[in-house]
This record gives sequence, structure tokens and C-alpha cells, in this order.
Amino acid sequence: MQKLLLLGDEAIAQAGIDAGMSGIYAYPGTPSTEITEYVQSSREAKEIGIRSNWSANEKTAMESALGMSYAGKRAMVCMKHVGLNVAADGFINASITGTNGGLLVVAADDPSMHSSQNEQDSRFYGKFSMIPILEPNNQQEAYDMVHYGFDLSEKMKVPVLLRITTRLAHSRSGVFPKQKKEQNGLKLPEDLRQFVLLPVIARKQYKRLLSHQPEFVRLSENSDFNKYFDGEDKSTGIIACGIAYNYLLENYEGKNIPYPVLKIGQYPSPLKDVERIYDECEQILILEDGYPILEELIKGLLNKGKRIRGRLDGSLPRDGELNPNLVGKALGRKFESRHAAPDFLRPRPPKLCKGCSHNDSFLALNEALSEYSRGRVFSDIGCYTLSALEPLEAINSCVDMGASITMAIGAAEAGLVPAIAAIGDSTFTHSGITGLLDAVNNNSPITVLILDNSTVGMTGGQKSSALGRIEQICKGIGVEEEHIKVLKPLPKQHDENVSVIKQELNYNGVSVIIPRRECIQTLNKRMRAKHKAKVADIR
Amino acid sequence: MKKDIILAGVGGQGILSIAATIGTAALDAGMHLKQAEVHGMSQRGGEVQSHLRISEDEIASDLIPEGKADIIIAVEPMESLRYLSMLTHEGWLITNTTPFSNIPDYPDLDRIVEKIKSIQNHVAVDADAMAKAVKAPKSANIAVLGASAPHLGLEIGKLENAIRKIFATKGEVVVQQNIDAFRAGLKASREYKS
Repeated sequence: MQKLLLLGDEAIAQAGIDAGMSGIYAYPGTPSTEITEYVQSSREAKEIGIRSNWSANEKTAMESALGMSYAGKRAMVCMKHVGLNVAADGFINASITGTNGGLLVVAADDPSMHSSQNEQDSRFYGKFSMIPILEPNNQQEAYDMVHYGFDLSEKMKVPVLLRITTRLAHSRSGVFPKQKKEQNGLKLPEDLRQFVLLPVIARKQYKRLLSHQPEFVRLSENSDFNKYFDGEDKSTGIIACGIAYNYLLENYEGKNIPYPVLKIGQYPSPLKDVERIYDECEQILILEDGYPILEELIKGLLNKGKRIRGRLDGSLPRDGELNPNLVGKALGRKFESRHAAPDFLRPRPPKLCKGCSHNDSFLALNEALSEYSRGRVFSDIGCYTLSALEPLEAINSCVDMGASITMAIGAAEAGLVPAIAAIGDSTFTHSGITGLLDAVNNNSPITVLILDNSTVGMTGGQKSSALGRIEQICKGIGVEEEHIKVLKPLPKQHDENVSVIKQELNYNGVSVIIPRRECIQTLNKRMRAKHKAKVADIR
Repeated sequence: MKKDIILAGVGGQGILSIAATIGTAALDAGMHLKQAEVHGMSQRGGEVQSHLRISEDEIASDLIPEGKADIIIAVEPMESLRYLSMLTHEGWLITNTTPFSNIPDYPDLDRIVEKIKSIQNHVAVDADAMAKAVKAPKSANIAVLGASAPHLGLEIGKLENAIRKIFATKGEVVVQQNIDAFRAGLKASREYKS
């Protein structure tokens, strides 16, 4: 088989295609987006009929994947770490229903928050639902784990969580593919009540999940993804999880590591190996790229045993992504660099693109709001969040998908009138609709700007579920038609836009303003493709 | 042979094309490769960097340790200095000198160039001007790649083949523009006197 050069995300996607997956369900989110995009652009996936359209949000994606599993086929669902919060209801309960066809949940965590609002560790969710977790240390393992994960899910009849981090998702390396597998046929669960979580059934199903726990530990103990390497020097034993293992190896540059090392890639933790390294060594150093989950477990509340080193005792920083230097320092290495960046360098933060419609929308909003006190604009997750920074400084919140509308409701009810929500088109259909329904039912005095650039901009221009539907949705929910206004956010329309916004700010009820102009990036992409087609035509 | 390379620039300047070209040439030479990219939010006109590691032996970490990079290749002068602590003692700093000034407090260019020239092993070329001179104004990134070519430990022919492969889908004109820009950078680098 030929070696493929793939991003971690792409390795997972190709593995899904090769492992007989029938569908992939996802909402775009850095660093997970490229998994689904790879399947969408794969000719092979198209030929064998793997479904791969974007879902409206992670919850709908999770549940659709569960439905495909119910029908006996293999399904993958992918999301960024905070997407798992949105999908959590379905995710946790899927461990109780169990699965039929293999169900693999891929969560891409973002330690150091390269492109996220927190650095939560999805392994907590896996532990919470009491299912097996896989954590690859390189692209090849990521590929192999998808095959193994689907098999494991079908064998144990539970979902399996594959946890990766930004560094693996967005790093490219060589991968050897495996033998391809046929898709499963349509086959319903043997017990047609398996997925009915009425208390009387759920109690039985929960006991089933609990009874599997010792088997999950045994599987981890026998897993090829968990390895024990003996070492002469027992003064320290090292447990390295996922990608942290690479940083450990890097510090020895191919030479033998003198200490016993336990590499972990499958959870629940392999109990026998953990016990062995603890008993053998004087102290334990734990390397985890994320929260100190294993460290807390091994240390325990009272920490009366051996010395456990890691993120909790300051051997490693408590937050942020690991790297070879941090791991080296924990091992007592000293690093010297002759060169240092000069102090006159300036940061270059990301900003809205030149010609971006959001810029015109916020310039108009800022002017319309100039007669009110500051601090009344609740916003959301998307490119437009950048308007919090200079020079616009236009928004005052960014919390989670959809929180703009609902926070505006609460603030208005506390007396902040008018309160404004600014949310993107795709974020609106992801999680904004139910909030707008609350606003209508309360007749909240809020003005909602649905910034419609007709795409999911921040993640690279994926198809928005809101495309061509926003006014219909707002009307359907009950927003009064005369308070749904569509604007063209362009410099020449500025004065007109300001006056429409001012007018709606004065309305004592729910207004929706839709500044609509295509994302400049997708527009350019479309124009380039059009030009290319035209040139090809002429030839 | 093993080279640890930091690529630096501003989102949209084409550092991933440089990475793809070197990577393709390295694979062609039968080497191992790891390349950590930056996607998502940071791409919007912000600073971007990529860690590219090529080696005859297996590579462990996706990230290069601090102070261990053999080369920094930068498409923008201020960005060339941002990751200086990554560079090894005798490492090479290869950079474009045309600034990309999209922030209000961009530092004085003379100070930047002075700092670049204080690095013993450096090549500082006006890649934008070179690319324009060979009628390939969009290929300043590949001109910088050309300037780095004598220090990559890869055959020049393999790098040119990689350029042909990477840009093939964009048509013969674009391929030739990039070859021309690459050769202009390579020539300038060979003639460069620090």
C-alpha cells in the first residue's frame, strides 16, 4: 500500500472511508472541520455513497449519527470540543442506549485556545459517559484507531470517543492505509426497545453499561495503543498520554529513555500497567496535553502516596498546550537559545478581511448606538467576534453558539433597553432560533442583527444551513413582518442603514435586522472559479 | 540528513505553498516529514507560522523544540524575527524585506533590517521586487523559497519538480511564473553578501 501524506483530520476521514463508514455528520468547527471536508471532496466517498452534508449543529449531527447506528450502519460524528457541549445530551444518552452499527464520536480539543473560547478536555466527557476513549499520538495511530474504534463499538455495543487535539488535527505526516472494508447492510437492533430510554428500560440499559466497565479496562490493558517500556532508572516513571508521548521521545532524540514509560492511547486507563509503574518507581511524572485528568485520578484527593508530578504540582504549566521544551524542563533539561526575538516587535492579531460586510454592519450599528450608553451589544461565535477589538470595539459578549439573543433577553429584562444581539446566519440556525422564540414569547425589547454573509465564514466558507431561509424562519417564529428589515451593508448605504437601525432600536419589542452581503472570501473564490470555467470555455 | 524549518508570514502570504513544495521534494527524496500548520481564526490577516520537519529518520514531535530550528523562512521581515528564539546557534534566517504593514504600530523597518543583518547566517532579499521583475508578482513566497534553497539540503531539481507538481492544477503559466520566481530567489541567495 502506498503511503499517504495526510493531516490528522484527513487521516481520520480516510480511515472512515476505508473502514466501511456509511455516513459522517458534523457542524464545522476548528480544528475538526477538515475531517468532514475531506470526505465531502473525496471522489471515492462519493462513489460508494457516503453521506457527508453539514448538519445544523452538533446535537443534530450526534443524533443523526445515532440513528444511522440504530439502522445497523457505521457512522462518524465530528466536532470541536465545545461542540460536544451542544451534543452532550445525545452523546451521554447514547452510552445508555448503546449502539447497533459502529458509532465513532470524534472530538477535537484546542489546548492553548488557538481558535476557541476554552480548552476543555473531552476525555472528561468520555469518562462521564463511561465509554472507551482513544487518543492517538500521531496520524498513523489516528488512522488505525478509526478502524479499531468502529470494531470496538460494534463488539461492545457502545459509542467510542476518539479524542484529538489541534496539533494532531492540523499536522501532516505519512500514513499507511489498511485493507478496505465493505459498508454494513441495513439491520435493525435485535431488541427493538434497546433505544427506548423509558426509566424501566433505561435502568436495565444502565446496568448493562456498568457491567461492561471491567471489560473496558481489560481491553485497555491488552490494547496495542497502550505500551509499557521498561527502564533501568526507577527514580521516575513516566506516563505519557496521546501526543505528549512524542514530546517525550523528542527529548531523547531516538536514544533509549532511561526511565520506565507507560504510553497511553486507550482509556479507561490500563489499571495493571498503571499499578506496575506506580509500584516500580519512586515518583511518577504524568504528561497529558489537556486537563490533568489521569494525574488527579492517580494522585487522589488526599495525595498520601508517592510523589506525582505533572500539571498540578507545577512541573508543567496548569494551562496551555504542551511542547518538547515544557516536557524537557519537567525532565530537568536546560535549554539555551542564543537568539531572542527583539522587544520592538508588535503583535499582529487576526482581523476582519478588507471589504468584509461585517465591518460595514458594525460601523452602522456603532453610529446608531452613539446616543446610548455603551455596553449593550451581545454577540456570538464567528468572524464578527473580531469586531470586539480595535478599531470597531462594537460588541460586549461572546460566550457560546446562540448566546447573543438569549443574553440580550436577560439584560433587557434587567432594564438594559435597548439591548442588541449580533449573530451570524449560520450561528443563528445552529442555536439562535430557540432564543428568538423566547424573545417573541416574552415580547422582549431587543434588536437582533442577523449578520448574513451566506456562509460559515470563520471555518473557511462551508454551506450555511440558514441560506435563503432567515426571513421565513423569523416570520414563522412570530417576529412581526414590519420589524424584519433587510439591509445591504455597503459604505454607500451607511446613512440609510444607520437610520433603519435607529428606528428599530426605538421599537419596544422584537426587531430583526438582516444585513446581507456575501462573505468576501467565498465571493472571491466563486469569481475565481467562474473565471477559470470561462477561460476553459474559450479554449 | 535532518532539517527543522520554521515558516513565518502573514495569513494569505502563501507559507503553506512553501511548506507543500519542500514537503513534496523531501518525500520525493524518500525522507520522513511532519508539518504542523495553523488553520482557523489566526488566518485572517494575522501572524501565521508552520513547523516543517524533514529527516531521513523517524520524526517524533510535530513541533520543533525551541533553539533547535535549522532555518527560518519568512515572507515578511517583522515576522522573520518573531520566532528567533526557535533558531539554533548557527541557524539560517532567510527573509523577504518587503513589509506587510496591516497594523497601526508597525515598527521602524530600519530597526527590523538591522536586527536581521545582525544574525550571522542570514539572507535578506526583496522578494516582492524580484517576483515583479520576472513578471510573477504573486510569487514572492516562492522567490523566498528560492533564496532558502541552498540551505535546505535538497536537490534544486527536486524542488523545481515539486513546484511543477504543486502548481500543476493552476496551469502552465502559473507553473512557469513560480519557476522563474524560484530561480530569481536562488540566484540572489547565491550572490548574497551579508
